[in-house]
Amino acid sequence: MKDLHTCSATDLSLRLSKGEYSADDLAGYFSGRISSLDNEYKSFVSAFDAPLKGDGSSALAGVPIAIKDNICIRGKETTCASRILKGHYSVYDATVISRLKQAGLVLMGITNMDEFAFGSSTESSCYGPTRNPWNIECVPGGSSGGSAAAVAARLVPLALGSDTGGSIRQPASFCGVVGFKPTYGRISRFGLVAFGSSLDQIGPFTTNFKDCAHLLNILCGYDPADSTSARVKAPDFTAALIKDVKGLRLGLPREYFKQGLDPEVKAGLDEVIKILKDQGAKTKEISLPRTEYAVATYYIVACSEASSNLQRFDGIKYGLREKADNLMDLYTRTKGAGFGDEVKRRIFLGTYSLSSGYYDAYYLRALKVRTLIKQDFENAFKEVDVILTPTSPTTAFRLGEKLDDPLSMYLSDIYTISANLAGLPGVSFPCGFDSGGLPIGAQLLGKPFDEETMIRVGHTYQSLTDYHTRVPGKKDE
Amino acid sequence: MIDKKVVEYISKLARVEVSEEEKEFLGQQLSKIIGYIDKLGELDVEEVTPYRGLFSEDNVLRSDEPAVSPARQDILKNAPQESEGFFRIPKVIE
Repeated sequence: MKDLHTCSATDLSLRLSKGEYSADDLAGYFSGRISSLDNEYKSFVSAFDAPLKGDGSSALAGVPIAIKDNICIRGKETTCASRILKGHYSVYDATVISRLKQAGLVLMGITNMDEFAFGSSTESSCYGPTRNPWNIECVPGGSSGGSAAAVAARLVPLALGSDTGGSIRQPASFCGVVGFKPTYGRISRFGLVAFGSSLDQIGPFTTNFKDCAHLLNILCGYDPADSTSARVKAPDFTAALIKDVKGLRLGLPREYFKQGLDPEVKAGLDEVIKILKDQGAKTKEISLPRTEYAVATYYIVACSEASSNLQRFDGIKYGLREKADNLMDLYTRTKGAGFGDEVKRRIFLGTYSLSSGYYDAYYLRALKVRTLIKQDFENAFKEVDVILTPTSPTTAFRLGEKLDDPLSMYLSDIYTISANLAGLPGVSFPCGFDSGGLPIGAQLLGKPFDEETMIRVGHTYQSLTDYHTRVPGKKDE
Repeated sequence: MIDKKVVEYISKLARVEVSEEEKEFLGQQLSKIIGYIDKLGELDVEEVTPYRGLFSEDNVLRSDEPAVSPARQDILKNAPQESEGFFRIPKVIE
């Protein structure tokens, strides 16, 4: 059972089905890796003493998976890495959890995140930060930093995260793994603690596109329990695992390749372009003219929705309750004590933007700009099949580096947020390493409900490169 | 400009208590962020309909039939204070 952590999830499941090892052995192998290695990274908030074994079957049956701390698992403590939810035990399984159990996957534990998913570095967690397995002085990205780090360090072959403005794709980029955000509505949000209800999607972290396609098959599909769930039948995503991009029209948005982009990241993208062109893809420079307004639009929409969604954390039904002899003080003291700085900042921003006298100037205006941003993509997709961009302007920054200037942290989301505003699917995959050994991520953005083209491009790329097979850490692990 | 008075107003609306020190830096940070957000004012959005994030604008309703709910005792397990099957809270009406 040596080196099982270097195998793909589909291989692990296949070998299990052939009797090479037992399900308990496989879970035990990864439990062992978590206990001996995670002290350095702190990617897990809690690793289950007894992993939860689903009892169904699928191409990923028996495979260990880790779950972000904002997805409800019945009977487990779900805290969104916040003091205000300490002691809250989920009363039901999220739809994605039911689906994983029915597919026979094994839930290994709960991963760290930015508090309530507000962040791009996992530094705002009440449990402390997760460290990047490629360089422990660096952030893993956020908000799904724990899930990204756990897969990067091969503590688990699969993990779930959530993405509201890039929170799957950016940490995938910083940690050198595949992170997929599907089209809005593809994966049920029932059981995902809501941040920005019109932006949130759950998605998989894997090391390769084949595992990703299989996991998407398990997770995607209409769910009547989620009123925003798309009534669109999900295809078999594994049918898209074709190594062929001849004639593919690849769009390169000029606004994503200018100033502010790290030269080494640009070099990584240039290599992706060359490899795909050598395989017969055609590139075309496109324009997404309203890109410069995306961060402002996103922060108004997301914070407004968040301020409303987080009202429910009030000390009444679950979690923290501060002492008070009247209801108003109970609310204000509980929220004051329970929410961290970034959460307060975003709640205040959202509350202000929705308040009487400001609603039209901020929230309504942002929704109109959102329409314009969506139109930019609709126009672009008339000329190209899929769009290629860097995932982030830089590789992983150092812990503490961006904490003093929240606005600079927000501006680093520039390449990922538009996909959430427009509801488009997006994926980040590793395309190289910088001179400091940190992973570089490339991003594909697809037409609504066209995850298949993205999978085909990514799978073709990974058949010709080996960046996704590299493992961080010491050679004898 | 988001000064202390505005921060106190938002604090009341949001039901989030903040210390004097927090009021200070929240005011500064929010002013800077709102200053950046103001660039949305550069665009002409007169004729534009707002986009709320869904691909279909159909209203989604289910039939009005009782379904399985989590058990009362499971829900109350999370209650900070519980009494006779209810969430116990401070007196609301004098």
